[in-house]
Amino acid sequence: MDEPNFSFLFAAYAAIWVLLFLYIANIARRNRALQREIDELRELVERQDTSSQPRPHDG
Amino acid sequence: MPNVRRLFDFIVGPLTGLTMLAAIYMVFVYVPTDKFQGIVQRIFYFHVPAAIITFVAFGLVAVASAMFLWQGTRFWDRLAHSAAECGMLFCTIVLITGPIWARPIWGTWWTWDARLTTTLILWLIYAAYLMLREFSASGDQAARYAAVLGIVGVIDIPIINRSVYWWRTIHPAVLITRQGGTGLTDPRMRATLLVSFIAFAFLLSWLIWIRNESARLQDEADQLQQHLLTGHD
Repeated sequence: MDEPNFSFLFAAYAAIWVLLFLYIANIARRNRALQREIDELRELVERQDTSSQPRPHDG
Repeated sequence: MPNVRRLFDFIVGPLTGLTMLAAIYMVFVYVPTDKFQGIVQRIFYFHVPAAIITFVAFGLVAVASAMFLWQGTRFWDRLAHSAAECGMLFCTIVLITGPIWARPIWGTWWTWDARLTTTLILWLIYAAYLMLREFSASGDQAARYAAVLGIVGVIDIPIINRSVYWWRTIHPAVLITRQGGTGLTDPRMRATLLVSFIAFAFLLSWLIWIRNESARLQDEADQLQQHLLTGHD
């Protein structure tokens, strides 16, 4: 096996896997953060909707 | 929608992993070493499919952008944005692995060859597209400007494809040579390239799916915030 050229082959495939890994990890992190944010917002919306409903003795 | 989710989570995702493992096995174990270029020729088995998948992704950006301009629905805009980001990833892979192959074969990392230059232009066009999306105020007008750029940018793809025939170039034609044959003489080389291409096709569809999910979640979060601020959607 030609040693110097093997390093080029290694570098090319390492670059591909590093790029793919970073991209997928970034999307996964973003999706987790968004899902958390949506859960919190849903809770706030529910609380807002409940508090804005008229109570039985009002009016 | 749940059926599509199941399709991508339980079929496309695992198929991506399996075909990618098969491609890696074929590239490093199965395929014979090229007589003239030696071991670095194995870079081609990921470089060439990445280039073709780049064209597919940017082609999808153009189609989805045209559909968005026609119908104005967020679905097409999200798809265009997701495909553009994935296309940029594959185009970056092409522009990194190409010079790594070129250094031992041509003796230089980069040359202003027609195919290399037009590919770099493609990368710059879609980098501009993503910057436009990132830094302009959100809303329909920014999405429409981006859609126009997404459609115009795709014009570069046939130019890249024909560049090896239109101009004097040192870039090799791997799939179809100028004589009409193929640059891959051994059938095992063609099989390896085919499996790598299938793996990259699955990878693109899976990446677009997860990126599109991200955009969909962002839209949902925006709608909930809007609801909190105004009291209605």
